[in-house]
Amino acid sequence: MKLESGDMKEFKADMHIHTCLSPCADLEMSPRNIIKEAKKKGLDIIGICDHNSAENFPAMEKSANIEGIKAIGGIEITSREEVHILGLFGNERDLFFMQEAVYSNLHGVNDEERYGLQVVVNENDEVLGFNNKLLIGATEMSVEEVVDLIHKFNGIAIASHIDREGFSIIANLGFIPEGLKLDALEIIEPSKRDKINTGKDFVFITSSDAHLINDIGKRYSCFLMKESTFEEIRKCLCKENGREVII
Amino acid sequence: MKIRDIVKTLGLKVISGEKFLDIEVTGGYAGDLLSDALANSKKGNIWITLQIHQNIIAVASSKELSGIIIVNGRKPEEETLKKAKEEKIPVMISNLLTYEVAGRLYEIGIR
Repeated sequence: MKLESGDMKEFKADMHIHTCLSPCADLEMSPRNIIKEAKKKGLDIIGICDHNSAENFPAMEKSANIEGIKAIGGIEITSREEVHILGLFGNERDLFFMQEAVYSNLHGVNDEERYGLQVVVNENDEVLGFNNKLLIGATEMSVEEVVDLIHKFNGIAIASHIDREGFSIIANLGFIPEGLKLDALEIIEPSKRDKINTGKDFVFITSSDAHLINDIGKRYSCFLMKESTFEEIRKCLCKENGREVII
Repeated sequence: MKIRDIVKTLGLKVISGEKFLDIEVTGGYAGDLLSDALANSKKGNIWITLQIHQNIIAVASSKELSGIIIVNGRKPEEETLKKAKEEKIPVMISNLLTYEVAGRLYEIGIR
């Protein structure tokens, strides 16, 4: 049965936000500050995607729940080609299985003075510790291996900022490899989507990639779907029964 | 200069396209962003890169490059090797880094 459009609502979603765990993100990117800003910007759903780690997601989710915002746990994974891929997951179990897989393929130790602090916090913005892995580095996994692993843990795989000059699948690999099972592409300038040759018909999202508080929600996607759950987002990216992403 | 001469002089390990080493090399291109290789490499160039993803073969084929030298002793992915054989692209491995491979090619007259 086809859904009546009346069953569906628009949800404002910024699916790509960094926290103070990412060495390149501002230290102000704490759970309380992020949620406060997300609320101010009227976001319904936020994706928490730090570089190669998800250790701040539990705190983010607790903070988000208090304010009625849906937080989705993710990781922005760096492939060995230095392509950034967002993996988004429906629960902490899958998220942390993915994190373990990333960690076992990520080498090196962070240099806090050069790359920045990697702060692990709780929902009250209290520091729990510092991650010492080289989160800014690249894993040893190819883009294909990254996408396959995301799917193995029931996640959604989205190529990050495909229209950037660095760390993007098109810049680094020239074009999207045939047969790569991406669920969507993230674009920074949606107005230019028609100028990009993606090879086949992909769903696009846009998001802020915020590393600073003010940038949260400066770009967002509207998900037309029934409710703000991970499974609804998955259906929305598949355009199931009239669901759609508006950017 | 032919690829065969470069293989010999630089001591490269040929891993695909052994039968096509008589291709003439017209110049060189070095870089790891495939978008840049697509934009700026020229027909007949030998390409120095550390990328090992299968897309390097598609780029070399569409730009009609003479061959690829993978640096730093990196081994291409299986799919890359398969595609290289299908597309008849000579792929070589060097234990040197990009800077030194480019320098040595320049020195022997690939300009």
